[in-house]
Amino acid sequence: MNGIHDMGGMHGFGKVIPEVDEPAFHAQWEERVLAIQRALRYARAWNIDMSRDAQERLPAPAYLAASYYERWALGIELSAIERGLVNADELATGHALRPGTPLPRVMTMQDIGHALTRGSFARAPRQPARFQPGERVRTKNINPSTHTRLPRYARGREGTIEAIRGCHVYPDSVVKGTGEDPQWLYTVVFEGRELWGPETDASLTVSIEAFEPYLESA
Amino acid sequence: MGPDANEHSELSPIQLRVRALETILTEKGYVDPAVLDQIVERFQTVIGPHIGARVIARAWTDPAFKAMLLEDATKAIASLGIDSQVGDHLIAVENTPGHHNMVVCTLCSCYPWDVLGLPPIWYKSAPYRSRAVSDPRGVLADFGIVLPEDTQIRVWDSTAETRFLVVPPRPAGTDGWPEERLARLVTRDSMIGTGMPLQPEAAPQ
Repeated sequence: MNGIHDMGGMHGFGKVIPEVDEPAFHAQWEERVLAIQRALRYARAWNIDMSRDAQERLPAPAYLAASYYERWALGIELSAIERGLVNADELATGHALRPGTPLPRVMTMQDIGHALTRGSFARAPRQPARFQPGERVRTKNINPSTHTRLPRYARGREGTIEAIRGCHVYPDSVVKGTGEDPQWLYTVVFEGRELWGPETDASLTVSIEAFEPYLESA
Repeated sequence: MGPDANEHSELSPIQLRVRALETILTEKGYVDPAVLDQIVERFQTVIGPHIGARVIARAWTDPAFKAMLLEDATKAIASLGIDSQVGDHLIAVENTPGHHNMVVCTLCSCYPWDVLGLPPIWYKSAPYRSRAVSDPRGVLADFGIVLPEDTQIRVWDSTAETRFLVVPPRPAGTDGWPEERLARLVTRDSMIGTGMPLQPEAAPQ
């Protein structure tokens, strides 16, 4: 979707301000949000693509006003309501009022080793990769109202396949509920001028990680 | 007013909101607060930029390891026997005097947690996510970094589950340094591409 989360190339957000000796968390509630997210993902309440999608569907003003972990919290609330885990009246009162939809599993102390483990997103390909390194491609001009990982600034642009990264779970399909639908993933590199125009610094190149359905031959 | 209400009066709206969420999820059996404590503990103690720094220091001293790292970073790091498991799809890219790599995630805040820990606020912020792909030199200036005009800049937008680790150049004047000492020169930002390693004289003791 063409949401506010798709920020590449936007103006008006100001300077980057690094914080000296920044701690891992700035408040205890941030720790809880992170842990809840990990535990619910382990419980298969949703997956990483669905949690990104939930945050992207927050109203744009709420997305912008929220800090990183606030956004996570809002996304968890939204997804938990949509999955039937909790209801809005429960969130308002702060207590469970009725049972929720059961989850496939719950994280216990025995599973804690999985808390930090990142899964593999590679899947068996159903057909050979369509493009090879060095090949010229053009990204499609698509504007789905659903989740996609093709940023707006890189749509309808010509670039070069730099590497094939394997065949991966396709987020666009996962979030639509049509399964993992594995697709070939490529690093596609663009000249800065192709993305931002002829006035752009000639020393700049930008790459995205593009799923095969985003690409056509140039 | 009971003690509960007094306690709540001290809490901000987001604290109350997260507490409500955790309470409900716990009452319904979806999460266990003791397990949540353990998850937090692991994030605070196991992962962090010290892992990436160790990898970079090895790459600086062992050409065969560096070659393996640039070929398949997940596999190379697994060979170091680091406690926390580095997930699949990690890609290492090398910064040289003529070529500078910088990593961003414009769509959310994808970051190589396995090797760098949790991302800093600036990495997740709108200013960085918006400008890194269109004005990387301007962003680098915000970090006090000015690169020569003829240095090629490559920005990697982390739009899938591949993750990127920048291998910064080894500082001059460190010949013969052991890995542990070199690792202290490797800053988090130098592994994102928004900073440089410390100079030998600035090394923490």
